[in-house]
Amino acid sequence: MADLNELSEKLSAIKSEIRSELDRLGSSKSVFEYKKTIFDSKTGKVGSLMREMGKIPAELRAEYGKKVNEVKTWAQGLFDEMDEKFKREEMRLRYEAEKIDVTMPAKMHKQGYLHPNTLIREQIVDIFGSMGFQIYEGTEIETDYYNFTALNTPDDHPARDMQDTFYLSDKFLLRTQTSAGQIHVMEKQSPPIKIISPGKVFRSDDDATHSPMFSQMEGLVVDKGITLCDLKGMLDVFVKKIFGEDVSTRLRPSYFPFTEPSVEVDVSCFQCHGRGCKLCKGTGWIEVLGAGVVNSKVLKGCGIDPDEYSGFAFGIGIERIAMLKYGINNIKLLFESDLRVLEQIRE
Amino acid sequence: MLVPLSWLKDYVDIDVTPDVLEEKLFSCGFEVEEKYETGHDISNVVVGEVVECEAIPDTHLHLCKVNAGDAGILQICCGADNVKAGGKYPLALIGATVYATAKDHKTVEGVMTIGQGKLRGYDSFGMLCSGVEIGLTEDLYEGAGYNGLLVLPDDAVPGADVKPLTGLDDWIFDIAITANRPDCQSIFGIAREVSAVLGSPLHEPDLSYTQTDVKKDGFTVNIDAPDICPRYIGHYIYDVKIEQSPAWMRRRLALIGQTPISNLVDITNYILHELGQPMHAFDYAYLKGDQINVRRAHEGEQIVTLDEKELTLGPNNLVICDGDKPVALAGIMGGLNSEILDTTNEVLFEAAKFARDNIRKSSRSLGKVSDSSARFSKGVDEYTTVMAMKRALHLTQELNCGKVSSTHVDRNSGNSIEPSELKVSVSKVNSILGITVPEDEIIRILGNLNFSPKINGDELTLSIPAYREDMESCQDVAEEVIRMYGYDHIVPTFMPTAQVTPGGYDLYQRTELKLKRALCAAGADEGVHYSFFSPAYLDMLGFPADAPERKAIKIMNPINEDLSLMRTTLAPQMILAMQNNQKKGILKGRLFEVGNRFVPKELPLKEYPDELETVCIGCFGENEDFFSLKSLVDTVAGTLGIAFEYEAAQKPFLHPYRTAQIVCEGEAVGYLGQVGYELIDELDMRVDSFVAEISLHMLGKYYGKSQTFKPLPKFQEEKRDLCFVMGKDITCAQIENEIKNSCEYVTAVELFDVYEGMQLGADKKSMAFSVVYTPGEEEFKTGTVDGFVSTLLSNLKDKYDVTLRS
Repeated sequence: MADLNELSEKLSAIKSEIRSELDRLGSSKSVFEYKKTIFDSKTGKVGSLMREMGKIPAELRAEYGKKVNEVKTWAQGLFDEMDEKFKREEMRLRYEAEKIDVTMPAKMHKQGYLHPNTLIREQIVDIFGSMGFQIYEGTEIETDYYNFTALNTPDDHPARDMQDTFYLSDKFLLRTQTSAGQIHVMEKQSPPIKIISPGKVFRSDDDATHSPMFSQMEGLVVDKGITLCDLKGMLDVFVKKIFGEDVSTRLRPSYFPFTEPSVEVDVSCFQCHGRGCKLCKGTGWIEVLGAGVVNSKVLKGCGIDPDEYSGFAFGIGIERIAMLKYGINNIKLLFESDLRVLEQIRE
Repeated sequence: MLVPLSWLKDYVDIDVTPDVLEEKLFSCGFEVEEKYETGHDISNVVVGEVVECEAIPDTHLHLCKVNAGDAGILQICCGADNVKAGGKYPLALIGATVYATAKDHKTVEGVMTIGQGKLRGYDSFGMLCSGVEIGLTEDLYEGAGYNGLLVLPDDAVPGADVKPLTGLDDWIFDIAITANRPDCQSIFGIAREVSAVLGSPLHEPDLSYTQTDVKKDGFTVNIDAPDICPRYIGHYIYDVKIEQSPAWMRRRLALIGQTPISNLVDITNYILHELGQPMHAFDYAYLKGDQINVRRAHEGEQIVTLDEKELTLGPNNLVICDGDKPVALAGIMGGLNSEILDTTNEVLFEAAKFARDNIRKSSRSLGKVSDSSARFSKGVDEYTTVMAMKRALHLTQELNCGKVSSTHVDRNSGNSIEPSELKVSVSKVNSILGITVPEDEIIRILGNLNFSPKINGDELTLSIPAYREDMESCQDVAEEVIRMYGYDHIVPTFMPTAQVTPGGYDLYQRTELKLKRALCAAGADEGVHYSFFSPAYLDMLGFPADAPERKAIKIMNPINEDLSLMRTTLAPQMILAMQNNQKKGILKGRLFEVGNRFVPKELPLKEYPDELETVCIGCFGENEDFFSLKSLVDTVAGTLGIAFEYEAAQKPFLHPYRTAQIVCEGEAVGYLGQVGYELIDELDMRVDSFVAEISLHMLGKYYGKSQTFKPLPKFQEEKRDLCFVMGKDITCAQIENEIKNSCEYVTAVELFDVYEGMQLGADKKSMAFSVVYTPGEEEFKTGTVDGFVSTLLSNLKDKYDVTLRS
C-alpha cells in the first residue's frame, strides 16, 4: 500500500499545485497551454502517471488507475470551467468591440420600380385574368372605322365632338379609346368572348388636368344571357379588389354610342367613406369608369346575332385609377420620368 | 346648358327643393354640373322705407331714418342722388353681404360685408343699395341699371327680404346633356324630363296665334339641297315695330347670359333656348325677288355675316339666298345685308332643319361658331321646327311687335312629326336589364315619358313622339325604363349563364412583364413617354437626312409642333428625361421604358404602320459607365434566355469609341453607348449619361424558349488561368471567341484582369482569362488539358500575335 500512499500524496500535491496555478491563468489560451503540462501522456504531471502503471503491482493497478482518473476527472472539470469562463469573457469583449450604431443607413442594392400605370394595369389584369378574361392589345394607330364607325359613331354623329381626335390621314388616326379593340376581337372571335384591352389612347387635350396621351383598359363580355346585373356584379368585384372590400358601386345613366343602356360607375369615396371630402368633392362618390350593355348595332356589325348573344363593355382610365389610389395630384407627373415621382409609388 | 328654375316652372309644376331636383335629374341621366341661387352672394338685405331724409350741409350726403320693419328705425347716411322720404330701397343691414363696386358704381369688385360706419361724423347703421350692389342689371330688374338707389315698388313691405321681390331667390341649373338627347337641349326639353321624373304634368308653351288675311303675293321658297335641308318653314310678318322686349323676356335672356337686342331678334333667341330650335329673322325689304332659295354655295361665293366678317364659301356650305344673293349662312349666321334694323318694317321668320353634320363641318371649316350652329350640330328635330314657328308667331302677337300674315311656306322632305309606333317584347326589355320590372311600373314610366304604352301579353306597344329620334329599339326602351325606375334596382349577379373561358396573359405579354420586373430588380425605374415627339429631336440627335428615323408619320392636327411626329426612336425622350432629372439635382439614376416606335410602310399612310415594341434604357451618374449600362442590356438577354454579342459601332449622338451594336443570333437588334459630349453640353447635362435601345419585336421569337437541363459533369473539371500579352487593338471578344472555339471541352471563359503598363511596352496590354475544361464521358488523362492549352496558344500566336505572359 506504500506505493498507493505515495501516489495519494503526489496527487494531492498536484491538486494543490493546479489550484494555485489556475488562479494565475488569465485566458483560455493559457488554460489550454497549462492543460498540456498536466495531461500530456509523456510530460504531463497527471498524464505521465498512467505510464507508470506498469511498475505497480498487479493487484494494486485497479486502485491506482482509479485514483489517477479521479484526479484527472477533477482537473478536467476545473479546466473546463475555467475555459468556459474565459471563453465567455473573451466573447463578451469581442462583442463589445464590435458594437455598431444600428440606426445607420442600410446597405442596399438599389431597387427600381414599375410605373404606376403598369402597377394598376397588373392589378386589373390579375383581377380579370382570374375571371377568365384574355388580354388583347390593339394598335395605337387605328382607322376611323374601328375607332368610330363600327362603334356606332358614324361620321355625322354628334358624339364625335365628345373627343378631339388626332388624325394621321383621312383614314388613320390615333385611337381615342381602347374600345376600338372590341371590334377587332368580335370580328375575329365568336362568343363566348371575355377580353380586357389595355393601351395608350390620345385626345387633343393638353391642360392642367388633361394629357394628350393617357391609358385606358377596355373590357368586353359577349355570351348568352348577359345582363346589366352581370355588369354590376363584375364591376362590384373589380372595385372592391382595387379600392377595398368596404367600397360600394353606384350606376347612373350616361351615354356612349356603343352601349345601351350606358352608365357611369361611381364608387363610394374610399377616403371619407361617403361622408364627403375633398377627393370626392363633397359628394361621397367618385366617378371611376364608363360602361354599358353592348349596343346590338355593334354586335350586328361584327356578325354576332344580337338575338342569341348579348354583352357588356366597360372602359377604365388607368391614370385616373392610379391618381385616385396613390393620391397623385397631376396627370402630367406620370409622363415626366422624374425619379422622385417614380420611386414613391411601389407595389 | 343654363336653366333658370323660374323659367322651367312655366312648363312643369315643381314642388321639390333645388337639391331634390338636382338629385332627380342626376338619377335619370342629367348631371347638374353647377347650380346656384341668383342672389347667392347677397344676404341680409331687406326693404327699407325712408321715413325722414335731411341733406347734410356742404356734402352730397343725406341723413335718413329708415324703417327696416322688425329691425326698427335705423339711421343711415346715404350718398345717392335719388334718395327721398317715402321711397323704398334695398337696405343692407349690419352684417349683410353685397357687392362692392368700383368708383364708377358699375363695376363689381367683390363681395363686402356691411359694418357700422361713420360718414362726416354721422353714424350709419347699414347701407341703402343700388341695383348693381345687389347683383342686378337693368335687364334682370327694371330700374336696376340706374346709377343711384334701386327704387322698389310702393307695395314692398319694410323689413321684408328683397330677394323674392327682385328675383334674387331664383336658381340657375347648369345641366350637362349627353349627345344622344338633342331633344333636351332646351328648357322645355328639360321640362319634359322633369315632368317624367317627378310625375308632374307638363304644360306646353302657348302656340296659339291668329293670322290676318294679308298675303305676300308671289313669295316662294325653293330647296335645292333637300338632303341637307329637309324642312324649311317661312312666315311673313308685317307692320313690324322694333322696340325693346318686355321686362320678363329681357330678364330671362339675361339669366342665361344672353344680351337682349330688340323684340324681333329676342323672340328668335328666346325660342332657341326655350325650345331648342334656332330661328332667323330676315328684314324682308332686303330680300330681292320675293323668294328664298336654299342651296349649296358656289365655289368662291362670298357673304358678309352679321358680325361684319367676309367669308368665302364653297359647295360644302349651305346658304339661304334671295332672288340673287346669299342672305344667310344656313344654320350658322345671318347676312349683314338682311339684318333686322330699328327701321325694319317687314320680317320673314325662318324655322328650318339643317343636317347636323353639314352645319358642324361648315362651322368648323369656316371657323364660325354661333349658338345656332352649336345647336344644329347636335341635331334638331322637325317636330320642334314646326312648334318653334308657331311659338314665334304667338310671341309676335303677345309682344305686339308685328302682324302675322297668312303667308306661310313649309317645304318638307324630312321626317313625319307624327308619333311612330314601336313594338318591343317586355321579356326582352327585362332580359337586357337582368331584373323583372313590374308591368305597372313600365306603364307608369313610359306613360310619363309620353310614349302612350300598352302591354298585351309580352308585347309592349309604344307611340314615340317625333322629337325622340333616339328611340329605335328594345335596348332604347330598356334604358328609358331603368333610368326612371332607378339603377339601384340592378342587383349584382355573376354571369350565371356564361361559359368558362381561359384567362390571363399570353406568352408575349407575360414575358414583357418579366422583362420589366428584371430591369426594376437591376435598379431601373420604369418611365412612360408620349408616343409622339418633336421633329426637333431628330435634329438634336443629328440623324442624317436619309436616316430611317426621319421617315416618321406626321399628325395632321397636332396640339403643337413639339407633339407632331409619331416617334421612330425612344432615345430622345429618354435622354431628355435624364436631362430633366439632372436639372432637378438628381445626379444618378437608371430608367427604362417599354414602348412602340412607329414605322410607316409608306407615306402618306395607306395601311396600318408597324408598331415596333422597343425597350429603351438610360442611366447616368458617376457610378455608371458603358459597362454598367451593358449589364442592364445583358439583363434583358438573361431574362429572355438568350445571349447578346457586341460590336463596336457609331451613332451620331453617341461617343465614337463607347458605342456598340447589339447582335443576337447574327441579327442587329439594338445599340448602346455613352451620350456624346456635344449633346451633353447642348442640354446642360451635368454627369455622364448612357442610353440603349433594343428592338423587342425582333426578340419575340425567342420568348418562352424552353430551357433543357444539362447533367452535372461526371469527372473533375480542370481550370486554367492564362495571362496573355497582345497588341492594344485586339478585343476581348476576339480572344474569348478563339478560346471558346479552340476545343469542345471549354465550358466557361472569364476575363479576370486587364493590365497596361511600361513593362509590357506602350502598344501592348495583357488580359488574363480563366478557362474551364469539362470532361465528357471520360476522365481527362494526364497532359490532355495541357495539350489543349498549347494548341490554343499556338493558334493565338499565329492569328493575333498573342503570347503567354511570363
